[in-house]
Amino acid sequence: MDLSRPSDHIDSADPQAIVQPTLGVVGYLRFFWRQLTSMRTALFLLLLLAIAAIPGSLVPQVSSDPNGVIQYRQNSPGVAAVLDALQVFTTYTSVWFSAIYLLLFVSLIGCVIPRAKHHFDALRARPPRTPARLSRLEGFTTRKSSADAAAIVESAQLLLRREGYRTELYSSAGLAPDGSVATPAAATQAAATQAAAPQAAAPDSVSAERGYARETGNLVFHAALIGVLVAVGIGGGFGYSGQRVIVEGEAFSNSLANYDSFNPGRFFAPSALEPYSIALDSFEPVYEQANLSALGQAVDYTAAVTTTTQGTAPQAAQIKVNEPLSIGQMQVYLLGNGYAPVVTVRDPSGTVVFSQPTACLPQDGNLTSICIIKVPDGLDEQIGMRGFLYPTAVTLATGALTSNFPDLLNPTLTLEVYTGDLGLDDGTASSAYVINTDSLTQIAGREADAATLALTIGDSIELPNGLGSVELSAIPRFVSLDVHHDPSQLWVLIFSALVVAGLLTSLFIPRRRVWVKVVSNEDGTNTVEYAGLARGEDPGLEAAVAAIADKHSQDEPIRLHS
Amino acid sequence: MTETLVSYSLVAVYSAMGIYTLAFVLFAVDLARRSATSPAGRPAATAEAHASASGTTSGTTSGTASGTTRVLERASDAAAFVSHKGPRYLRAALGLMVLAWLLHVAAVVLRGVAAGRVPWANMFEFALTATAIIVGVFLATQFWQDLRFLGVFISGFTLVALGVGTTNFYVDVVPLPPALQSVWLVIHVFVATLGTGFFALGAGLSIAQLLKARRDAGGLQRLGFLDTLPSAEKLENSAYRLTVIGFVFWTFTLIAGAIWAERAWGRYWGWDTKEVWTFIIWTLFAGYIHARATRGWRGSRSAWLAIIGFSAVVFNFTIVNLFFKGLHAYSGL
Repeated sequence: MDLSRPSDHIDSADPQAIVQPTLGVVGYLRFFWRQLTSMRTALFLLLLLAIAAIPGSLVPQVSSDPNGVIQYRQNSPGVAAVLDALQVFTTYTSVWFSAIYLLLFVSLIGCVIPRAKHHFDALRARPPRTPARLSRLEGFTTRKSSADAAAIVESAQLLLRREGYRTELYSSAGLAPDGSVATPAAATQAAATQAAAPQAAAPDSVSAERGYARETGNLVFHAALIGVLVAVGIGGGFGYSGQRVIVEGEAFSNSLANYDSFNPGRFFAPSALEPYSIALDSFEPVYEQANLSALGQAVDYTAAVTTTTQGTAPQAAQIKVNEPLSIGQMQVYLLGNGYAPVVTVRDPSGTVVFSQPTACLPQDGNLTSICIIKVPDGLDEQIGMRGFLYPTAVTLATGALTSNFPDLLNPTLTLEVYTGDLGLDDGTASSAYVINTDSLTQIAGREADAATLALTIGDSIELPNGLGSVELSAIPRFVSLDVHHDPSQLWVLIFSALVVAGLLTSLFIPRRRVWVKVVSNEDGTNTVEYAGLARGEDPGLEAAVAAIADKHSQDEPIRLHS
Repeated sequence: MTETLVSYSLVAVYSAMGIYTLAFVLFAVDLARRSATSPAGRPAATAEAHASASGTTSGTTSGTASGTTRVLERASDAAAFVSHKGPRYLRAALGLMVLAWLLHVAAVVLRGVAAGRVPWANMFEFALTATAIIVGVFLATQFWQDLRFLGVFISGFTLVALGVGTTNFYVDVVPLPPALQSVWLVIHVFVATLGTGFFALGAGLSIAQLLKARRDAGGLQRLGFLDTLPSAEKLENSAYRLTVIGFVFWTFTLIAGAIWAERAWGRYWGWDTKEVWTFIIWTLFAGYIHARATRGWRGSRSAWLAIIGFSAVVFNFTIVNLFFKGLHAYSGL
């Protein structure tokens, strides 16, 4: 039964109590290797891996929820420091998580290699000798026949071959198969056979084995898991992903400086960025209007773009959720959208000092969005503005504004205006989506004499203190695009498919041995014995042996009688 | 039109729940009667060994010899009980289960027609469809072997899930958000549900196996019905066969989910909370399969793994959906 499994596999022989000799260095290495590649260790590591994955689902992860991590650090810095030390915010790349799965894979490789070698040999080996006493084996059944032994054996071999078995003929004359002394009964039979057929080694049994694909599938499954791991690693190392917010009418070209954020793999080189540009011509969302319980829910997003790659004419294309755009080796995904109101600021003389769209961060399903606008140059003082865009503004009973539909039905932009040093000149990086008002003075808003500015498209309002004026010129939409390149993605898919194929064959193809043996009776007839042996899980073995016996006994040429 | 269909669907759900309740009661009565007909009975295989043991350890049997006879009689009763189509209670319970399931399926179909899409786009719909598939798998396996003793477990589980689904998770029919508009919604979620159905049955059999093993070891004196169940080893084998089918479906779910995630979110794997738990469940059941093949782990220990694995599936659907932050935020609540 040994398939070169680990010693504690259920199909391996029970280990005997052995007095261990003193181990040298090599001995200890071998001992630890055995331990590592044992079933028990593999099982332990699997369960440990399951447990180790849990913290990453309880605590926000840098990779999947960076804002959650920032919030967590702000809310409970003490706990966050401990979690940082334990690398819990990056659980799946942490030292301890990596250690577990790497050990698991080492254990797996250590288990698979000897088995693969063993299986390679088994694939070329002939089915083993027929055991002396089939009655001890599973599904043992007999049929009677008046045909001669050679014909029975021949037709049994034919039948088993048709059923996909690999077969070998054996003679029970002489030694018992396992080399032990033949039983008196067997010896008598052998003598009888010899008497009937002058040839000493006339075969009287068929040994058959099938289901080699079970072990092949098992090995493919495990090897494919290694393949998945390696392919994922390579993809992570050489791939990259970048995010970019782009407003209707704008374009961006594929270079590092043009991304809002960029996550390169460890071995990424900027030269890997293919030269191309994408222009967002329009973005058209469709919102539910008929179904009252889903009013305003987005039902479709379509971004119409024009792409230009080097040396080719511009091409029109579209990007939708679930329908990314392929450009060369890259995939471009539509991940988010919102409004980017164009605010025009003029100085007291009417000269435009600022006029550009600013992407506002959506806060809810009706696209109430927070807008931060910074105007560092052109006016007497630097001004910063913070406020909300309500695409379809309605006034609540409290007097506050809210949006009750995501489309631009009744847009209102409210802005509180601050003056002071915006902190943009000292060279430190700051987020465009955040404004620190601690050192600023509010000149229009809830804490100032002048009221919060409230603008709809085309409105222009004078700033207090004769600073100038602010106009809401237009409200185009923006989309946020994700650009990905993962060179090994297809390989991950291929190995995953192999995982499934290997799993199916290793679980559902039975590996079994079947023997058909002719025993001659004193009255000149023959008794045909059938029996099987399961190699691994095989609930259908008895039925299979019975089916073979039935089919064989119905074979015309030998006319078996039961 | 939509509202009419939705209300028909709900009527069908509530009717199905009523009939499931009756089936549950009858399945329970059946188990109780099995206990009554074999109050302290032992399966024939262990009868002898136990009779001699109980003669010395417990005072319930007056003498070893008479004890043996009584036990053997009961054991043969039990054998007759199993070999027959089963008592009226059991047949009625299964009949009701089929009836309730037909109504249940009708509710699922009506909901799907009302929504104009597959009926598993939010937690209510998923609970509705998943339980229908679990019961469907339960009914289908009856053609394979008699697992009616799991009726209490399956009908009870379905009732709880439908109860929570209709009262706590209910949402009106709404259109699919763009991220869900994919053929993978049909494949990924359906296969996940199918896998859940097999895991549920495997877990039920594993629970039965643990109870049976406890009773074989001399515990659980009051649960006489356990003697009418197949042996612990047979239960374990059946549990294993169902669970590995579930495992294949789960593996496929994971891969199909990754393919969809690549289309919708731009990466095939990002350790989103739901992805994490799908991975944990996969690892647990991979552990279960290895445990079955590890000396010292076959039997009760591996059965615990199957139960823990199924608990993780339920946890993944309820707690992770409702309380964990992630991209799979489709509960509709």
